[in-house]
Amino acid sequence: MLAALLDNPGVMIVTVGALVGIAATLVGTFLVLRGTSMLADAISHSIVFGIVIVWLLTHQQSGPLQLIGAALTGLLTVVLTELLINSKRVRQDAAIGLVFPLLFSIGVLLLNLHAGNIHVDTHTVLLGEIGFVWLDTVSLGGYEVPRALLSMGAMTLLNALFVGLLFKELKLATFDAALARALGLAPGVLFHALLLTSGTAVAAFDAVGAILFVAFVIVIPATAYLLTDRLTLMLAIGVAVSIGASLAGYGLAILWDVSIGSMMAVMTGVCLLLAFLFGPRHGLVAQAHERRRQRRLNESRTLAVHLYNHEGTPEQGEENVARALREHLLWPSERAQQAILKGLDEGYIERHGELLQLTATGRAMAREILAPGRE
Amino acid sequence: MLGDYTLQNVVMGALLLGAISGVLGSFAMLRRQSLLGDTLSHAALPGVCLGFIMAGSREMGSLMAGALGTGAVAALMVVLLTRYSRLKTDAALGIVLSTSFALGVVLLTFIQGMNNAAQGGLNAFLFGQAAATLRSDLLLMAGITALALILVLGLWKEFKLICFDPGFARAQGLPVLLLEVVLTVMIALAVVVGLQMVGVVLMAAMVIAPAVAARQWSPRLEVMVPLAALFGMAAGVSGALISTLGRGLATGPLIIICVSGFVLVSLLLAPRRGLLWEAAFRLRQRRRLRQQQLLTRLYRQASWHGEPRRGSGRKLADDDCDPRTRRVVRQLEQRGLVGCHDRHWMLTAEGHEAAARILAQLEGRAT
Repeated sequence: MLAALLDNPGVMIVTVGALVGIAATLVGTFLVLRGTSMLADAISHSIVFGIVIVWLLTHQQSGPLQLIGAALTGLLTVVLTELLINSKRVRQDAAIGLVFPLLFSIGVLLLNLHAGNIHVDTHTVLLGEIGFVWLDTVSLGGYEVPRALLSMGAMTLLNALFVGLLFKELKLATFDAALARALGLAPGVLFHALLLTSGTAVAAFDAVGAILFVAFVIVIPATAYLLTDRLTLMLAIGVAVSIGASLAGYGLAILWDVSIGSMMAVMTGVCLLLAFLFGPRHGLVAQAHERRRQRRLNESRTLAVHLYNHEGTPEQGEENVARALREHLLWPSERAQQAILKGLDEGYIERHGELLQLTATGRAMAREILAPGRE
Repeated sequence: MLGDYTLQNVVMGALLLGAISGVLGSFAMLRRQSLLGDTLSHAALPGVCLGFIMAGSREMGSLMAGALGTGAVAALMVVLLTRYSRLKTDAALGIVLSTSFALGVVLLTFIQGMNNAAQGGLNAFLFGQAAATLRSDLLLMAGITALALILVLGLWKEFKLICFDPGFARAQGLPVLLLEVVLTVMIALAVVVGLQMVGVVLMAAMVIAPAVAARQWSPRLEVMVPLAALFGMAAGVSGALISTLGRGLATGPLIIICVSGFVLVSLLLAPRRGLLWEAAFRLRQRRRLRQQQLLTRLYRQASWHGEPRRGSGRKLADDDCDPRTRRVVRQLEQRGLVGCHDRHWMLTAEGHEAAARILAQLEGRAT
């Protein structure tokens, strides 16, 4: 059973894709919430530098040394950026944009110079090859397990442990950094999240490359952020989106015969777009709906106050009729009609021939608006 | 060497790219939108692919039009996401950057699947392939650059105002939104010019780095913008020239390394703003302060003893007094403010005057 699953390229590819998403979400959530998403972008570009340097020094393409090298490169990116910002000569956005292209350029240049004897070419650096992960396997307990599955699984586990064990600290440092510092509750914990981000980027490197990784680490948490206000739920939604995007991306890529990793990344974008449009509370549709509800409510309140003001006065016969809403309040007849119908339905006005009259509820409502809290 | 046809093209392309990205990057940097260039350049990739699919060949005009189109859409998406959702600008930039790049790669592999013989070289837009620049491409790039520069010159006052005081600009009745759109579209234009030279991935640095370097040298926009263009052009040409020195030296990354070098030098050496400049200034200030301290101390001691120029600074002359103080005394002696009489350090007439002046100044400020 397990052997059959491990032999199935499709299952392996989707699993690795989902694991990349899950591992990236676990750390990316905190970066997105802290407003440092572009630092993730910078880190994933500059690990190319770390990978090439470690390869030149040790001739190892993967393994713990690469992970350490990448974590150090991530560290270097962050430190250099901070250094530039602290010099007060360069603003944050420009500082990020100065550091990673330089490291990336040096990495690419070294790669080109040693192009003959290194298996990662510039193309793989950018895009990875998730389609071939099932070819590169290692023996483990009698099974041939894809190497990428092992490394991504380990990375996911590591990130999950990090988030699980330090959840309280991470939460506090993310939402109230000052309080975290005041309480001495690991204010530097977000820094470790950045290190783990670079580690994850390296583990995901073979599968999705340096740039597509950005989609997994930013877009998936951002999607979850549009859907919920709770941190735990955000992480859970992130996991679900990762699995969904991986499945859909694989299916469509096979259908159209295009790059699998990129299609998965595009699917994360589609998820984000859907959340942006149809999210339950912050989505565009929900927002439009809420605005319409507010407008209707405002109209019925206006109608109630209008009727209340002229109730029992000599102009009542002229003011408290449907026509007056059009002529005195300058409402289009559609709007006037809707407001009246809503009032009749909800039972705060009644119709007596031409005359519109407030019921007891309607009168109480108008009084509450004009003199809040006084009966 | 400059007679070489390819090299001529590359150098001219690099000059154009440096000019347009330096000028437009300056405005982007001042408006804190440096990373917009990063997003727009990644977003150019799907545009290049779409342009290729539409035209059916690797024709520069349609590729550029496509890149400009998707760049504009990407900028619009960033604005929509930040305005109508609760995502912050950085997240919006990252989202649009990564998904549009992924879309570009999907289209790239789709084109490869079409088995079109003309598709060769689309990959080059990832890192740029300066050597493949043709004269006709150059003409297009020159046209775009000229257009952008004319726009900047024509709308100089307006652009300056929305960089430094957008609120005032709006109050004056300027169409701020329109001007911002024009600036953003022009950054997309710069990206389009850079596609062939440095590619979509590294273009971000070409927008940011020349502007940052130029900013260190002058606080005036009139100086900064031409200087940024100059830095951009110089980096472009030096990158192009270095790349001719050996195989495997890609032009794009080399240009970026050169321009980063300019940034580093500017950050360190620029007059008044440079870090080394500041360090030297601090050192001078510290030395002056120590000298003043010592002068006034000697002066006060002298007045305490009632003899205007008597110094009780014997300890200062001893070899075992702390070396910093001794150094300060030597400096003062060199300036002729302190003299040695009978193993005592005393203020000279000038020193006395100087100390009195310093004290008067300090007390004047205190009251």
